[in-house]
Amino acid sequence: MRGGNSSAKVFLLHIAVIGILFALNFILPEYHHGVLARVMVLSVVAMGYNMLFGYAGLLSLGHAMFFAAGLYGAGLTAYHFGWAMPAAFAAGLVSGAVLSLAIGLLALRTTGVAFMIVTMMFAQVCYLLTFYFSEWTRGDDGLVLGQETRRLFIGDFYLDLTHPATRYMAALALFSVVLLITLFIVRSAHGRVLVAIRENEERTKMLGYDTFANKLVAVVVSGVICASAGAAYALLFGYVGSSFASVQYSILPLLWVLLGGAATTLGPFVGALFMYYVVDITSSYTSAYLLIVGVALILLVLYFPKGILGTIRERWIRWLP
Amino acid sequence: MTPLLTTRDLRKNYGGLRAVDGVDFTLLPGEIHAIIGPNGAGKTTFVSLVCGRVMPSSGTIIFDGDDITDLPAYRRVRQGIAYTFQITSVFAHLSAYDNVALPMQRTLTDGRSRAKLHAGVMNALERTGLAGRANSLAGTLSYGHQRLLEVAMGLALKPRLLILDEPTQGLSDGEIAGFMDLVREIAQDATVLLIEHNMQVVMGLADRITVMNAGRILAEGTPADIRANDEVQRAYLGTEPA
Repeated sequence: MRGGNSSAKVFLLHIAVIGILFALNFILPEYHHGVLARVMVLSVVAMGYNMLFGYAGLLSLGHAMFFAAGLYGAGLTAYHFGWAMPAAFAAGLVSGAVLSLAIGLLALRTTGVAFMIVTMMFAQVCYLLTFYFSEWTRGDDGLVLGQETRRLFIGDFYLDLTHPATRYMAALALFSVVLLITLFIVRSAHGRVLVAIRENEERTKMLGYDTFANKLVAVVVSGVICASAGAAYALLFGYVGSSFASVQYSILPLLWVLLGGAATTLGPFVGALFMYYVVDITSSYTSAYLLIVGVALILLVLYFPKGILGTIRERWIRWLP
Repeated sequence: MTPLLTTRDLRKNYGGLRAVDGVDFTLLPGEIHAIIGPNGAGKTTFVSLVCGRVMPSSGTIIFDGDDITDLPAYRRVRQGIAYTFQITSVFAHLSAYDNVALPMQRTLTDGRSRAKLHAGVMNALERTGLAGRANSLAGTLSYGHQRLLEVAMGLALKPRLLILDEPTQGLSDGEIAGFMDLVREIAQDATVLLIEHNMQVVMGLADRITVMNAGRILAEGTPADIRANDEVQRAYLGTEPA
């Protein structure tokens, strides 16, 4: 049960996180400023993944396809048709929604390991499609969106998303919106049903819930969130390539969520940030950085089995959402 | 009186095993009806067919005049059939409050306001005597309290038919007495179908009793009828009547 007191605390915590990220825009040195903008966009993928994996308990190994749907939905329309940014971004969202609905209808007929395999295979199909249509996508080389396509016009005035501060603010805006949406969903009636499905689907059915419909909604919400990150990535960083549809981008969000804490609202961000810096710092010292990353992950699993925020919630701060 | 529930020639086969073998059963509205029988008699399978957890091999199930034989379980729950599990299956990692909020939030038709939800949840917890433990994780409650929480979840569904599958199993004598009072209270506005091994509970609560054996109905009647039935004694106690 969540009383009024902890509701206020939860809300303040999330606003504070957004406020700190806003303030960091003016403080951070250039390099870290760029990293944080990228991490914010990538953690949106993790937040989308967390909706499905953390809350509904469905382990997908194919979320790269939803990220790629947004990436290509926005990137191809902006590059080939010269669509303006809002339209291109919307195209990314629609691509993600359509794809996730179709995948959900098919993949949710399975559970457990079969669900993992089915989502992984569909993602692999999507990855190969980016090569099949390389006339449009240029496969691995990818497309580079020029500066002129990455301007957001408001009347005569425009925001140049290639400018670091603007880009940072756009990433923060997306991050904040998605963070608050996930917070709202997990505290809603639907969020409670998702957790119930994760804990015991059979029992949830016997409480009168159409668990298939609830899971389908979760897949689509998760897919659209990941697609929003993909669309934003294309427009903010100007590159659209096949590598983003590869299996690596299905595994990374899982890793980020596990690290930060599954079924915590802020865990995906914490996990993505942590992972990014562990790789970044260790790779500047040695070419065997993956070895150190591996050791770091093992230590984390040993001492923080439920992820960083998940373990903190379990041991110290019970009200953490 | 029109029956609330009727089954006609209901069957469920698992391979060669006839778990439920041609059951014609009638449940009247407002009654407390107990199903008894030796282990493996098909009692749990029978109520699982009624609530939709298991689909029948053949036969029909009529609930309140509608044929519900092909309805999935969640739709039957929405029609008013609630089932509380034999093996306690509360959501162990959620608070008692959230366990009851889950069924409650679905039955609220008026805007799902938080205040309404809260009032409804606390009411169900109070009726089962769990109000003081609303914030406890369900998994940390004592066994008896988990059984009561199961009932609170059933109540939150506002059922017309509440199926209790061995509700007093593992409860202490004191808890059983309290439980019987609760079932009588529930029966004032719902029909109760009860599977129970404890004869004291059955004889004390039931208006009518159905005895099952080997997937079939062996006898049916008031507690007094059943107590006097020779065939029941043979099947149930494994002894010849004296």
